[in-house]
Amino acid sequence: MTDVSNSLSRTPEAGFGDYVALLKPRVMSLVVFTALAGMVVAPGAGALHPVEAFAAILFIAVGAGASGALNMWWDADIDAVMRRTAGRPVPSGRVAGGEALAVGLGLSGLSVMMLALASNLVAAGLLAFTIFFYAVVYSMWLKRATPQNIVIGGAAGAFPPVIGWAVATGGTSVEAWLMFALIFLWTPPHFWALALFMKDDYHRAGVPMLTVTHGRRATRGQILAYTVALVPVSLALALSSVGGPLTLAVAVVLNAVFLHGAWAIRARDEAVAEADAYAVEKRVFRFSLSYTFLHFAALMAERALSPVGLGGW
Amino acid sequence: MAITKTHELHGRRWGRNLGVALCLIGFAGLMFALTIVKVSRGDPMQAFDHQFRPEMDRTETEPAR
Repeated sequence: MTDVSNSLSRTPEAGFGDYVALLKPRVMSLVVFTALAGMVVAPGAGALHPVEAFAAILFIAVGAGASGALNMWWDADIDAVMRRTAGRPVPSGRVAGGEALAVGLGLSGLSVMMLALASNLVAAGLLAFTIFFYAVVYSMWLKRATPQNIVIGGAAGAFPPVIGWAVATGGTSVEAWLMFALIFLWTPPHFWALALFMKDDYHRAGVPMLTVTHGRRATRGQILAYTVALVPVSLALALSSVGGPLTLAVAVVLNAVFLHGAWAIRARDEAVAEADAYAVEKRVFRFSLSYTFLHFAALMAERALSPVGLGGW
Repeated sequence: MAITKTHELHGRRWGRNLGVALCLIGFAGLMFALTIVKVSRGDPMQAFDHQFRPEMDRTETEPAR
């Protein structure tokens, strides 16, 4: 008699959590937060019904998750050879590639259509473009072709606050594009700090990360250059109509700490970094996460304080 | 061996089915809530479907004297 339990224990059938993992929940949380910030600080936010706002944020998050699923389908081969990504549902065999593609395409269509119905066509169009940019322009065209992959691909992660703004206003404005620029310029130092201490991963996967193509010394210089470029954008956002004294104070402190960290990375060489197991690079990477979070939190706090006469200029 | 013994796979399938069911219920609930919000606010509930509908024509016309 055949041992059924033995054959069943090897089945690749996925659990619900595997499909959730396909949507990159950690990336989704940043998308939800920045989209919410874009929506809350926009001038027409007060006119939005809470159900409409909730639906819009949910569909933006689903759209971001869908592009994550498409990315996992396309990049399964390189994910399998990188330590950081080898446990993802597709390379680990828990979800078939075709399933990831189907989930990605299905949720992309659903999220764009539902955002159009729940909010407006501008927001839905921007979401569709974001999904296309991340899945096709970044994952399929740039990631394996150029060391500028992270720089240009960063645009995909920068769109959510603009979409949130479009949900509230039906269009975009200079403040929305400043929020876009903040995330766009923040992405390269954030990822290159990670690439510095994830030493061999990108090299083994054959991804032309800046650390692989131009060397680690040049990458350290680029981290500092982009962190310097981030400062005027951050200050301009704080001085714009959505900013205020609180945002300006937060921006000054955050930029000072980020610049200090980027300078420390630039001043080190590989021997020093290896001696302390990339402690500075890891610290800057962790801080960069707080940088975006606190920036957008300050903008929302500014808006929350404005009815009592404390927030805004 | 009892015929009712369940394998780990059955638990995984149950979890997946429950997850999908909850997502569908949540989606239906959200659609209902959105519909209530939009109808209450007086948003247009019809769209172009290849046939002219007089009630969708928003251009004000002078009544004939």
